[in-house]
Amino acid sequence: MRETFVDTMTGLLADDPRTALVLADISADAFASAARRHPDRVINVGIREQLMLGVAGGLALTGLRPFVHSYATFVVDRAYEQIKLDLDHQGVGAVLVSVGASYDGAAMGRTHMSPMDVALVDTLGGWTVQVPGHPDEVPPLLAANARRDSSVYLRLSTQRNERAWPGDGRLQVVRRGHAGAPLVVAVGPMLDPALRALAGLDLTIAYTHTPRPFDTAGLRALAGREVILVEPYLAGTSSRVVAEALGDRPYRLLSLGVGRGDLRRYGTPDDHARWHGLDAAGLRESISAFLG
Amino acid sequence: MTVTTAGRVDVGFADRPPTTDFARLPTLLRRLTGDEKHQPSSYSTLDVLWVLYDRVLRVAPDRLDAVDRDRFLLSKGHGPAAYYAVLAAKGFVPESWLDDLAGPDSRLGHHPDRMLVPGVEIGSGSLGHGLGLGVGIALGLRAQGLAGPGTPHGYREPRVYVLLGDAELDEGSNHEAICYSGACRLAGLTAIVIDNQSATHSWAPASPNTGYTAAVPTYGLDSAPAESVGIATRFLVNGWTAAIVNGRDHDAIEAGLTRSDSRRPHVVVARVEGKQHA
Repeated sequence: MRETFVDTMTGLLADDPRTALVLADISADAFASAARRHPDRVINVGIREQLMLGVAGGLALTGLRPFVHSYATFVVDRAYEQIKLDLDHQGVGAVLVSVGASYDGAAMGRTHMSPMDVALVDTLGGWTVQVPGHPDEVPPLLAANARRDSSVYLRLSTQRNERAWPGDGRLQVVRRGHAGAPLVVAVGPMLDPALRALAGLDLTIAYTHTPRPFDTAGLRALAGREVILVEPYLAGTSSRVVAEALGDRPYRLLSLGVGRGDLRRYGTPDDHARWHGLDAAGLRESISAFLG
Repeated sequence: MTVTTAGRVDVGFADRPPTTDFARLPTLLRRLTGDEKHQPSSYSTLDVLWVLYDRVLRVAPDRLDAVDRDRFLLSKGHGPAAYYAVLAAKGFVPESWLDDLAGPDSRLGHHPDRMLVPGVEIGSGSLGHGLGLGVGIALGLRAQGLAGPGTPHGYREPRVYVLLGDAELDEGSNHEAICYSGACRLAGLTAIVIDNQSATHSWAPASPNTGYTAAVPTYGLDSAPAESVGIATRFLVNGWTAAIVNGRDHDAIEAGLTRSDSRRPHVVVARVEGKQHA
């Protein structure tokens, strides 16, 4: 997904003079040729994340469309107040594009993990959050983001599904159970683990790469009595949205995702998926227990 | 008054023509504070703001969104009474707004909001945000050919001015912006630091001989105060030009502000009396 982002972004910078890219050293080598061609619109501020966001806010105030890129923990966690004030409070928007989702950087340890990024962005109003599950879903999202002014958080990952499920962000039914069957909503790269985990069970499995704004109309149309969220970031991040959407009917909700604790372990993303119960076996165990 | 689609307020009014009379400000400040005792000297930023709006900035209430306007960013959003008084004096906001500071329906609060006040370029209050935004605005103007060597007027037009306080410089975000804009030679950016010696840990150099004292021109001062030199040094080492001025002397302020060159960012340290601690 990172390579796809670099290629697509390089093309957008060439085609659309309104676009700009702000970096804090991360991926600067990958954008070196774009920086040579567009020295005024590819801006690497060095290892300065507060400035990266402040510059994005300033560029947007002059009418440009800034894309801001770094590791999730550096683009969201580190300079959160700049996102809140230099973008939102100024009434301008930007596209934040992260890599290093959740435990993609497992071997680098906790300092390079941010499972809480989407929850942090979700404390703000009016943001779109995109969590693609396949590299082919990335280019159309980037192109659409270049054409609007509102703020977007695009979360890229090394975890990916076998095939792409492009679309406009509404829930797509991947497997349909009987009417009123429990509904599983898998976000981004959690779709394949969910499909593997739930093979042979009578469930409806729906996919989205755009958890904000959440497709609440689709959720209401598909949901029976049991709803299961499978998210690749902090568990419970979308519980609030489901609660608001289904508040007028009885339902039970299971929210699966990355746990809150610092495991203090390295290893691989697969190891962390297992430790957080997000591999096929872990998902099946949690969901079977929930459904009884 | 109408609210535009972007949410900003357009104000069409002319309850009083813009004034060039500095002596009118105490009346406006009294309307904001209801305070008869405070003199203009109580407002550390008042003279600098006046000189900017009266002599330097190319801004006007009838061209708020002109792409070639200068940008003034009040980074130090605390105690904006002087800012509001000057905006009213220059016709950006109706004087009647001054009578309800921070009321439930007031557009003027204890920290300014660009979405509520015509002519205010950024919302501020949390310290250390203005300079980074100013760097982005200067880069954005340059990227669009509105400022820089490619324009007929060179770097002079439009310019981005950011007003900070000496205590605000404690925030590390400022130092990210100071280092970067010096390194990339961001001409077109002017920082103004009001030095009222309010930083908890003084900016005076630990060693009196920084090597920079003689390099900083001063205006309206007999000698360069240690704190002001310490502040200017933080910019100079990153490739900025600098001037230290008497922050109460209008001609000195103007001289310092207009001393920028076309190759580097510029800082003006405006020295005023030490902050009165209650």
